[in-house]
Amino acid sequence: MRKLFATVALLAAQALPCAWAATDPAPAPGPAPAAKPASKSTADHTKFKELQQAFKSGPEVTKACLACHTEAGKQITHTKHWTWEWMNPENKQVLGKKHVVNNFCTAVPSNYEFCTACHVGYGWKDANFDFKNETNVDCLVCHDTTGGYKKLPGLAGHPAYKEMEFPPKSGKMVKPADLAKVAQNVGPTSRATCGACHFLGGGGDAVKHGDLDTSLKNPGKYLDVHMDAKGLNFTCAACHATQGHNIPGSRYTPTAADKEAAHMRGKKDDTNAATCQSCHGQKPHKATGVRAKLNEHTDKLACQTCHIPQYARAQPTKMSWDWSTAGKLKDGKPFTVKDSGGHDAYDSKKGDFRYESHVIPEYVWLNGKVKYTLLGDPVNENGVTKINEFFGSPDDGASRIWPVKVFRGKQPYDLESKSLLVPHTAAGYGVRDDTAFWQNFQWEGALQAGAEAAGRPFGGKFGFVATEMTWPITHMVAPKEDALTCTQCHSKSGRLQNVKGIYLPGRDANPWLDLLGGLAALGTLLGVIAHGALRIYMNRKAG
Amino acid sequence: MSTKTIKIYVFKRFERFWHWAQAGLIVFMMLTGFEIHGAYAFFGFEKAVGYHTVAAWSLITLWVFAIFWHFTTGEWKQYIPTLEKVGAMMRYYLTGIFTNAPHPFRQTTLRKHNPLQRLAYLFFLLVISPVIWFSGWFYLFYGAWREWGVDKYLSLEWVAFFHTAGAFMVLIFFIAHIYLATAGHTPTSHIKAMLTGWEEVEEEESAATK
Repeated sequence: MRKLFATVALLAAQALPCAWAATDPAPAPGPAPAAKPASKSTADHTKFKELQQAFKSGPEVTKACLACHTEAGKQITHTKHWTWEWMNPENKQVLGKKHVVNNFCTAVPSNYEFCTACHVGYGWKDANFDFKNETNVDCLVCHDTTGGYKKLPGLAGHPAYKEMEFPPKSGKMVKPADLAKVAQNVGPTSRATCGACHFLGGGGDAVKHGDLDTSLKNPGKYLDVHMDAKGLNFTCAACHATQGHNIPGSRYTPTAADKEAAHMRGKKDDTNAATCQSCHGQKPHKATGVRAKLNEHTDKLACQTCHIPQYARAQPTKMSWDWSTAGKLKDGKPFTVKDSGGHDAYDSKKGDFRYESHVIPEYVWLNGKVKYTLLGDPVNENGVTKINEFFGSPDDGASRIWPVKVFRGKQPYDLESKSLLVPHTAAGYGVRDDTAFWQNFQWEGALQAGAEAAGRPFGGKFGFVATEMTWPITHMVAPKEDALTCTQCHSKSGRLQNVKGIYLPGRDANPWLDLLGGLAALGTLLGVIAHGALRIYMNRKAG
Repeated sequence: MSTKTIKIYVFKRFERFWHWAQAGLIVFMMLTGFEIHGAYAFFGFEKAVGYHTVAAWSLITLWVFAIFWHFTTGEWKQYIPTLEKVGAMMRYYLTGIFTNAPHPFRQTTLRKHNPLQRLAYLFFLLVISPVIWFSGWFYLFYGAWREWGVDKYLSLEWVAFFHTAGAFMVLIFFIAHIYLATAGHTPTSHIKAMLTGWEEVEEEESAATK
């Protein structure tokens, strides 16, 4: 126990000033100077001859990068960011973006050129992409510091190399990236570079996660106590501490219950570096007074349950998506309907949506084991199909109660094979494609093309099945003042009213004991009142 | 029936302090405890837990002193049970009290509790107290169960069950105690005695004395 305290104290004493030093070079505490802080890097990339050339394409830049960073390409090609493929060792399910079907834009096959705008590579336009070619790795999308590098959907992972109208027929022009400038200004990853994909997941800002959106590029303390741009100013990698391009922390293998002490320098520790406990340890609350009780909650609760009281606190996130209504046209043309907040409520391309902000999470037991409903797996036609099923129970010793976003929708499935279908939605930039749903709004052709690309049979008959996808909430940690108060769970109709398997004082009681005890107390009270009344009456009669 | 009364010194200063401090703490613990149980909202859960805990430690401290006092003064003997006159006491509460019959028990400094009282307090000491203290202790130290190696044998649900059961017993004791405080020689004589230490008792040697 003493050792643990020492560990936490040491980390608090050491890590914190370090974190400050990394972001704020000013020797005295105070507001950060407006000037760009001096770089701590030992290399000024603007001085490298290899980068002083008129790059024509991304792969040309990569070649220059790999000339010095000889192992970087190899490292990347072994990561999920590159393969979009990962086998769950628990149940041998092959996951990754290449394989899973979600209930947002559903799946990658048949839509490669569009989806791979978020691949850390160049040129993945069909199933024949060469995963061995290291010059296809996109270094810039993660290491750009200028903000001038954007990969556009439809270009198979490439940025614009010439001025082009984007989105097509929108009348808006996108300037080409200045590859030399971007290459000469590479640096560590940032909230902006990670966020370029992760903030926009599901087809737009704040759509998918609910706890990750562009408001985290420059957040205040209220939104994220660690990323607070004027405070601790954490990057994503501050927690997702990366070695050899292998980034820890994944919802395919979530660490539901980190029982380890805080990580310490010099001490070998292969556990997930992205958990709260990896810095805060097992007894994060100051152990004085009633607050000491808070530390005793960690055997049942994830930190996130109290410390992320709501998600989507800066802008609304999408909560549901009904594909079954997609394809309606007005005068032969697709249209959109906005909700009162100005967000899409209907889009001919995608169907009906519902957005919500300041969302109170749902709470479930998670033990870190996950099973997906993949292509070919049976759906639950009469109920709800779980896109990903998170397991957990109050009794397995491995579970904690977690806040989750549950994203609900309806999406196409094959009436014959009773499994999910992949709609072919988007074609490459400027390509006329009659089977792409977002061009001709016909399901049959889109589903046929999707099935072919995914190598799945399709009988031609389809329906829409209700689906649910679960997203553990772990970002947007609020300042401690905004954490849940005791009563928000310890009451009859509190946050955890539906969580089973725990005795929660204030929520739970033995009804028989309460009835019996209450009646006995009431009986005693009435008894003494009657006794007393009789005494007074008899006394008066006698007197 | 003689009505001449005398005053005897029954409750010493520490004893009175102990009684009223304990009374206050128990009432406060019932108030906060039943709120924690979810019966109503008054202080709010967090404050209720905090107050309940502080009161518990205060009561423990008070008991340490009280136990020391009882043993050093020999006053613990006041709780030795007797079945003598228990029937007479029960008859008195059921009938005699209504007809101004003489109280069957005569207090002295050496025997300040009537036989029913002795039994009631002994029950409090041997049944209610252990139930509420043991369950409360484990409730309070929930976080240490694993360290103590008792986490396999205990569940919060049952600890809370016994603690609540104990609380109901305290509540019932409390109601009866308050009422019986008015059942002395006069309705206020017990209460006055607990405040001043001096109790009014009947002087004459009646059938009530040994």
